[in-house]
Amino acid sequence: MIPSYVPPKYKVEVDPNKCMLCERCTIECSWGVHRREGDRIISYSNRCGACHRCVAMCPRDAITIKENAVSWRSHPLWDIDARADIYNQAKTGCILLSGMANAKDHPIYFDKIVLDACQVTNPSIDPLREPMELRTYIGKKPKQLEFEFVEEEIDGKKIKKAKLKTKIAPNLKLDTPIMIAHMSYGALSLNAHLSFAKAVKECGTFMGTGEGGLPKALYPYADHIITQVASGRFGVNEEYLMKGAAIEIKIGQGAKPGIGGHLPGEKVTAEISATRMIPEGSDAISPAPHHDIYSIEDLAQLVRSLKEATRWKKPVFVKIAAVHNAPAIAVGIATSDADAVVIDGYKGGTGAAPKVFRDHVGIPIEMAIAAVDQRLREEGLRNEISIIASGGIRCAADVFKAIALGADAVYIGTAAMVALGCRVCGRCYTGLCAWGIATQRPELVKRLDPEVGARRVANLIKAWTHEIKELLGAAGINSIESLRGNRDRLRGVGLNEKELEVLGIKLAGE
Amino acid sequence: MEEVVIDAKDMHYRELNEKIHQILRENPDIKKIVLKNVLGQRFIGNGLQKKGLTIEIYGIPGGDLGMFMNGPTIIVHGNAEFAPGNTMDDGTIVIYGSSGDVTAHSMRGGKVFVRGDVGYRSGIHMKAYKDKVPVLVIGGRAKDFLGEYMAGGIIIVLNIDEKGNDLGKIKGRMIGTGIHGGAIYIRGEIDKDQLGVAADIKEFTQEDLEKIKPYIEEFCKWFNLPEDVKNKLINSKWTKIAPISKRPFGKLYTPDLM
Repeated sequence: MIPSYVPPKYKVEVDPNKCMLCERCTIECSWGVHRREGDRIISYSNRCGACHRCVAMCPRDAITIKENAVSWRSHPLWDIDARADIYNQAKTGCILLSGMANAKDHPIYFDKIVLDACQVTNPSIDPLREPMELRTYIGKKPKQLEFEFVEEEIDGKKIKKAKLKTKIAPNLKLDTPIMIAHMSYGALSLNAHLSFAKAVKECGTFMGTGEGGLPKALYPYADHIITQVASGRFGVNEEYLMKGAAIEIKIGQGAKPGIGGHLPGEKVTAEISATRMIPEGSDAISPAPHHDIYSIEDLAQLVRSLKEATRWKKPVFVKIAAVHNAPAIAVGIATSDADAVVIDGYKGGTGAAPKVFRDHVGIPIEMAIAAVDQRLREEGLRNEISIIASGGIRCAADVFKAIALGADAVYIGTAAMVALGCRVCGRCYTGLCAWGIATQRPELVKRLDPEVGARRVANLIKAWTHEIKELLGAAGINSIESLRGNRDRLRGVGLNEKELEVLGIKLAGE
Repeated sequence: MEEVVIDAKDMHYRELNEKIHQILRENPDIKKIVLKNVLGQRFIGNGLQKKGLTIEIYGIPGGDLGMFMNGPTIIVHGNAEFAPGNTMDDGTIVIYGSSGDVTAHSMRGGKVFVRGDVGYRSGIHMKAYKDKVPVLVIGGRAKDFLGEYMAGGIIIVLNIDEKGNDLGKIKGRMIGTGIHGGAIYIRGEIDKDQLGVAADIKEFTQEDLEKIKPYIEEFCKWFNLPEDVKNKLINSKWTKIAPISKRPFGKLYTPDLM
């Protein structure tokens, strides 16, 4: 046995003066940090991931979790993480797994973009009095509308009536431009999914299934659910495709561009096996590529095959990770009969990814939205396809900026989980989520009440929606349609010329 | 009406498939649809749910034949393009010629019989669930990466030519790469170095023979092969390729808590 050389990352202390030995922490911690020994609680700090479950549940506020202050010789290059990773890999010889989003200190461009506001000449609008239109339609829009004139006799008079000749493709109707991202049943618990489903129904928006199939318990909400088809095709059959409101083909994911998905066999419980339609305990592997897709023409073929299977009644989205050639791919997607392109940035969360991918692969979503929107405009295709942005959207301002950079709507993933109580501890891949969100253990899953969860998520979406209305009013516009791609409303602070050029925005003061 | 004939000459795939749906709508008792002059039309039978329906195709259908199909039988008098049986749920596809790459991709149930050869990565990600066990029977040979990431079901390679003569030793490489369920049965010998990672050669038992026998018999019936060929196939030397583990890549990643 090779010993671990890494000291605990956190230090857990139970104040014996406050503790009443109720042992609640020993039950609440799914990592086994706390244990009662005689008349005190002993804490094994090395197991702690700072998920705060014990802290939140301690009736006496007796628990403190701090970053372990143990000193490492400081070094600008060899930071603690770099050294700890090496110790761990030297011990195991394995690929380091990680959860949640990119943990590197890369610039967050959203925070270097500020919004413009109206003053006198173009007055702002008060959203408390004036109607604000946040309704968004996701899907193909016709290049132009064609009419035919039919002569009809009304009251003895011959009248020419205009009739719409153009066939309008099915679109998703969103009451707010915020949707909940695809996170699979398997990665997340059923109660987490139920919380999302109830919330999106209440808010007039949509959630994604991820690639884990559609559990029967979500059927009542199916008209607010976008089903996903990934390379593993888990749970995909005709019924599944017909059930949801739209279908999303997952090509790539922001947290791990270029690699597939992998739900380890021990997490494939009876319920997971039923929705994924694979045997219990079997690995659920989604290979990196779809093996029927080797070119943009093949991708078009899959889009069309899904359209055929659903008789051209369901919008089909294609999700790609934000990478440098995303604009070219988006052009291909736009010409493939797909209805929306989803771009997932490298700050997007994940249940499990090799750390080296999570932290190093992909490009910022802000750049990708701007570049895709720009390229689609240049090709004359922007009107025909919707853009959905995801990956690291943290607040209403991020939503607003993403739309102003060119998106039609956004997906939120981590933010929706945080609304449920997630502490971004990054240990989703262990399946032991103490908050009942990223786990399948029945005793943990039931900690999350779907009614309470739905309330919290719906509250978040509604709060952001109010804020977006306020921001729209301040910008002097009364419809989200007028914000889309309206980069004149954005200014850069602390960005260089090239960054401003890619984002397509001016520097503050210009 | 029990049978309808469609002349697919110069027809766009959407028109052809819409016509099939229309016929099914208007004739609930229909048993057979015959498609003549098919040339590359894609998605034929895509998502069709009707059990007891046969679609007979004369010509060469395009890609994704019978994709998401659940129930019908498709008989192709000719070759088929790539991915026939893609993500198929149930039903039967019978191809008198050869078929392209990724034949039976992610197939979950039903059967695909190909008289000739199949292309690269056939049977990829085939999976099984409860009573749904997909079966791919290949008369000739398969290109490399047969049964890649296979998660369930049965692939049988008969290794015979048009007349039923042996084709000699199979040369395919990377067989069963990443396999974590199901089994591949190949008539003849296979060397270990022809296998992909996670695949292993397992003992071919009487139980295995009983398992594949009905499908060999069904294959011979579909393609009208004489009794002696059938007996030869059944009584040949078979190689069984199956996963080393249900969790082939489990040890690749760091253990849960570091």
